[in-house]
Amino acid sequence: MRIGVFICHCGSNIAGTVDCPKVAAKALTYPDVVFSTDTMYACSEPGQDGIIAAVKEQQLDGVVVASCTPRMHEQTFRRAVERAGLNRYMFEMANIREHVSWIGKIMEDNTIKAQELVRMAVEKLRRNRPLIPKRFETVKRVLVIGGGVAGIQAALDCADGGQEVVLIEREQSIGGKMAKLDKTFPTVDCSSCVLGPKMVDIAQHPKITLYACAEVESVGGYVGNFHITIRRKATYVDWNVCNGCGLCLEKCPSHKHPDPFNENLCTAPSINIPFPQAIPKKAAINPQSCLKLTQGKCGICATVCPLKCIDYEQKDELVDVDVGAVIVATGYDLFDWHKYPQYGQGRYPDIITSMQYERLLSASGPTGGQIKRPSDGKEPKNIVFIQCVGSRDRSVDRPYCSGFCCMYTAKQAILTKDHLPDSQSFVFYMDIRSPGKLYDEFTRRAMEEYGAHYVRGRVSMIYPQDDKLLVRGADTLAGTQVEVQADLVVLAVGAEAAAGAAQLGEKLRVCPDQYGFFVESHPKLKPVETNTAGVYLAGACQGPKDIPASVSQGSAAAAKVLGLLSKKELESDPAVARVNQPRCVGCGKCIQTCPFGAIKEVADRFGNPKAEVIDTVCQGCGICTVTCPQGAIQLEHFTDNQILAEVQALCPPKIFANYE
Amino acid sequence: MSPQNIRELRIVGFLCNWCSYGGADTAGVGRFVQPTDLRIIRVPCSGRIDPLFIVRAFMNGADGVLVSGCHPRDCHYAEGNFYARRRLEMLKRFLPITGIDNRRFEYTWVSASEGQRWQHVVTEFTRGIHTLGPAPSFNPVSETEWNKLAVQASEGQGCPCHG
Repeated sequence: MRIGVFICHCGSNIAGTVDCPKVAAKALTYPDVVFSTDTMYACSEPGQDGIIAAVKEQQLDGVVVASCTPRMHEQTFRRAVERAGLNRYMFEMANIREHVSWIGKIMEDNTIKAQELVRMAVEKLRRNRPLIPKRFETVKRVLVIGGGVAGIQAALDCADGGQEVVLIEREQSIGGKMAKLDKTFPTVDCSSCVLGPKMVDIAQHPKITLYACAEVESVGGYVGNFHITIRRKATYVDWNVCNGCGLCLEKCPSHKHPDPFNENLCTAPSINIPFPQAIPKKAAINPQSCLKLTQGKCGICATVCPLKCIDYEQKDELVDVDVGAVIVATGYDLFDWHKYPQYGQGRYPDIITSMQYERLLSASGPTGGQIKRPSDGKEPKNIVFIQCVGSRDRSVDRPYCSGFCCMYTAKQAILTKDHLPDSQSFVFYMDIRSPGKLYDEFTRRAMEEYGAHYVRGRVSMIYPQDDKLLVRGADTLAGTQVEVQADLVVLAVGAEAAAGAAQLGEKLRVCPDQYGFFVESHPKLKPVETNTAGVYLAGACQGPKDIPASVSQGSAAAAKVLGLLSKKELESDPAVARVNQPRCVGCGKCIQTCPFGAIKEVADRFGNPKAEVIDTVCQGCGICTVTCPQGAIQLEHFTDNQILAEVQALCPPKIFANYE
Repeated sequence: MSPQNIRELRIVGFLCNWCSYGGADTAGVGRFVQPTDLRIIRVPCSGRIDPLFIVRAFMNGADGVLVSGCHPRDCHYAEGNFYARRRLEMLKRFLPITGIDNRRFEYTWVSASEGQRWQHVVTEFTRGIHTLGPAPSFNPVSETEWNKLAVQASEGQGCPCHG
């Protein structure tokens, strides 16, 4: 075998702390290495051309590149060696940047480490063999999980691109957080006027199937061929018949339970349609408060329903769908501000969240768009907004910035002045973060045109005084303490990962980060992909985002899906398990352990049971290889011999004396 | 391979591609400085790690072996790290029987976003191995002695044990 070794300087990223020429010189002493050089940027066009030229000139049949992590550029170099006429699996990478030059400061140690990593790669490459991918067909259907604005955008874009879409939403209606908002920044557009038509498009699009009140039960399969089971939760109303007339809502005698859509500011009937623009506009019964379902009496909705669509016996229903790709758009939840002792922990009804305030502002909200204090229904005069409640605060494990709170607080200050011209807003802030088109101008307007009084500092405590709340905080610019008599306090709560995101991530094999948001494949270059092929992210499930960013990410994810499904066939990774049938004893242990059902039992020509791998189903984890008592099933590209060769390169066999 | 730098001990790491290898990359990108003793072998999944790889490393004189995978319930292949956990726990209990100090072997879980945690794991493990010192050799024989034997054998005298 003729191996060529290329040591990348990566500018000064590697060469700064690794003696690259020395590593290249040492590589020439390794077995089968016939060519070795160092190069400034191996991944650049001249760098790749250099590799191709060397392969041709030196008749190389294997290439080792020592540079950055294979998670970054393995594909790049595999394509390069393929262009040089080699099989793309006759290539190995040694990670001497992330694992060497960037973490060690001593040049001598780093150089030795780099040499050994190159040696490891050479030893593995000597045992590589050419692998050829198989091709398989994809299901032309997309699953979108979550019907917020990001999911809606992704579903519409996929459907307009000609793919069938299944959109599932946990709540009774799509719309997500945006449906609850009154206006949006920085244009002060009416939120439901912007979102409403898109929701109607979802309902009317011939290629979109919408399941509301539904969740993902289980996920099987792999890119191009996912098998999804959806749990449609019982709504106790036959949605094929219900036309959303709303008669049952009016007559329901059990209407005292808090309304989650209105952030618990008012009560709702036990059979309900959350808001007038709901899609699908169908009634559903809340089984926790319905008298018929909890106590077995009442049944008024069934008598008044003109279409007789109430069904108290309805059960959850499981629906199976096969899809080629999945877009996760499960959004975010709001931080629970009760963790902060200084804000009263719920003792004072006139301390509300920004989302509750949004409902008070909204014409479809519990007050019909009039700002009234929850305690006594009076119009407030002094309103204090407190920013960064559950953002940028390590004490509650939320060190990140939620990003949109500065902007919505400015919007709410502007809307407050519009609603109540005599009112005065005070905003306690840490910093104003308003990067974005027309964003900073917008916050300026809140201060200058609408007279919101911005105080830079934190609030230390809030306590009641007569029928008002006394807000005491610091003004760090003036260096003084300030006290504001407030009629209403609005907490700008931050975003956190949605409830249930962790469980969904487990099913889809998508990693959450330390705060529970899903991790993208690469923070810069693959912002909507995940590490699981065929699963994409859109919106705030990946990190806090405002509406424009969520919509763009929804479109981006849709573009990725359309690109994936536009191919008639996909190539499977040929690094899959392979059975050496003469060695296989047919014990079936690999069949039991395979998480993907990729191994089946076949009979050889004598009728003995043997294992066989279904290439396109195998994901290449190698669990079977370790399980096999005979070593008969081997994961290609990571065979026992290859890994042992790496071990031996690091720990050469000792010389044993035998004095028996 | 030539004997290593005296400051360093031989530590072999087996890391799963999806979480821990990514975590080690994240640590690198974040420039979280670590001891350089560790050499990382990339495997697709911690479930791919045969305990015999680890035993082989120890037999060949490794001073420490560190295995890291995805957090349980977070495996890219759904359940690979559960298999790994059973196998590795078994190995950890079994190692003393073979005469290997099981403090030289550790397995842990690091996700792709936990660069800082990876730095901590590597630093602590390396410090632990340095406290234990170089692994005792099973059957040490010096290179000069071996060469003498080899010369004897080539001259037809055979080895001392077989006359």
